[in-house]
Amino acid sequence: MEHATHQLPGLMTRTEADLRQIFLRQVEAIPAGERIKRCIQCGTCTGSCPVSYAMDISPRQLIALFRAGELETIMRSRSIWICASCYACTTRCPSGIKITDVIYALKRTVMEKEYESKAPQVQVLAKLFVDNLMSYGRLHEGTLIRKYYMKTGIFKLFGFIPLVKKMLETKRLALFPKKIKEHKSLSRIIKKAQEIEMRHVPEKLEYSPEFVGYRGLGDMKLESRKGE
Amino acid sequence: MKYAYYPGCSLEKTQRGYDESVRAVFKALDQELVEIDDWNCCGATMYMSVKETVSLAVSARNLALGERMGLDILAPCSSCFTTLSKTNRILNEIPEMRRDVNEALAEGGLSYSGKVKVRHPLDILMNDIGLEAVRARFQRNLNGLKIAPYYGCQIVRPDKTFDDRENPMLLDRLFRACGGDVVYFPMKLRCCGGMLMTTFEETALKLNKELLECALDNGADVMVTTCPLCHMNLEAYQGKINNFYKTTFNIPIIYFTQLLGIALGLPAKSLGLDSSFIPLGKKVTTLTEVFYA
Ligand code: SF4
Ligand code: SF4
Ligand code: SF4
Ligand code: SF4
Repeated sequence: MEHATHQLPGLMTRTEADLRQIFLRQVEAIPAGERIKRCIQCGTCTGSCPVSYAMDISPRQLIALFRAGELETIMRSRSIWICASCYACTTRCPSGIKITDVIYALKRTVMEKEYESKAPQVQVLAKLFVDNLMSYGRLHEGTLIRKYYMKTGIFKLFGFIPLVKKMLETKRLALFPKKIKEHKSLSRIIKKAQEIEMRHVPEKLEYSPEFVGYRGLGDMKLESRKGE
Repeated sequence: MKYAYYPGCSLEKTQRGYDESVRAVFKALDQELVEIDDWNCCGATMYMSVKETVSLAVSARNLALGERMGLDILAPCSSCFTTLSKTNRILNEIPEMRRDVNEALAEGGLSYSGKVKVRHPLDILMNDIGLEAVRARFQRNLNGLKIAPYYGCQIVRPDKTFDDRENPMLLDRLFRACGGDVVYFPMKLRCCGGMLMTTFEETALKLNKELLECALDNGADVMVTTCPLCHMNLEAYQGKINNFYKTTFNIPIIYFTQLLGIALGLPAKSLGLDSSFIPLGKKVTTLTEVFYA
């Protein structure tokens, strides 16, 4: 029964249950994250969002889809990657939902599942950023941009020549990346943090065809945590 | 007062105008900045791509270094300011997170108890030093220079920080006091798209075009910024916007600390004004030249 391709209405598929487990773990790390339950679908977030016009699923719809057990649809949207993290929605949400952080949690869920997304260039940039930080401890913009365009469309690099020229003229270009002194200790910190994070990941995901909607959120033990 | 200075990656070189002017203005107002030794990138953009504990630990290393100095942190880059503040808040509110992060920091011989405050220069200027004390140091009247105050999206959001979240007024008040004519600028908080300029260029070009248009329509001579990323988008990509939209924008973009430095009578060179890509325009240069003639 539980492996049937056609689910009973209101029951979750296995993929959905997996995604939910990862996503809810991320939401737990947001102070007052449990308020995601309180969305009244007013659309204030979408109306405040400077880039909602370019999204395929609006911020309000993201929350609705999550509640309806459609995380997979969200994972495949381009919306979460267009979000510029400007916090306009979060500031205005009448229910105090941290939409920006929820979107971060969605991004992380995709990265963790290594889903193919509609905006792979964002993942490319994010990964290069992490590499850059891991190798130097500081961001070297030149290296980041050069590698990014080498992966996503090399011809675009030529477009940067005039800018590079200007930057040289105004002494605004660092030609080489600089490593921080305690680079080794930063790497150790990062390694340890990765280990710690793994402790919280259950080894095998339990499949539970729970009801979607609020019942699916039922056991989030967050209400006790203080909000704002 | 003395602060632990966290310049952040952009200020190191590409946005040296911000770095130099922050240092110069704070010095002129008798505030001491001690750069945090061996700080690391706050990890703003990596926030989405790695595990929570990792991004918190990376940014907390800076908080720990600041705590060791016994000073509050001054972070002029809006993005750093938001990232460091957010980390600080999570570590203070969720004890399990602080425990985990401290376990990681211990690997580098560090620990963080949550005592440091993360501050933005605008906050310190207006709320600690105070407008009256700053005004007492003015050497030069901005002579009705028309200014569009662009706060960018992050310094007053998401948490209640130091100014209103819908209509911040600190920049307006500061430059009005300097003799500037702060124009109506309803897009003062509208996001410029940040990194979208790299990942979704057309969307970002549109956002920035709208900002420039709004400033121009309201008669601004200059646009004042508080964030290196906004500054980069509005300044370095202005030409690209012009090509794309067949517009003819030529609006000087200037850091608020640079303009304040002019009002304080500081030498143009110490404010990094020579690093601007867009000519500062007659009105601004007259202000600086008259003074140094
Ligand atoms: S603003 Fe808040 S309550 Fe309204 S639709 Fe968006 S998330 Fe839901
Ligand atoms: S944080 Fe993202 S979703 Fe929210 S308003 Fe800004 S761009 Fe839109
Ligand atoms: S916000 Fe940007 S500039 Fe500031 S430290 Fe982080 S990555 Fe570097
Ligand atoms: S306006 Fe742009 S650069 Fe400034 S804080 Fe917002 S996204 Fe970042």
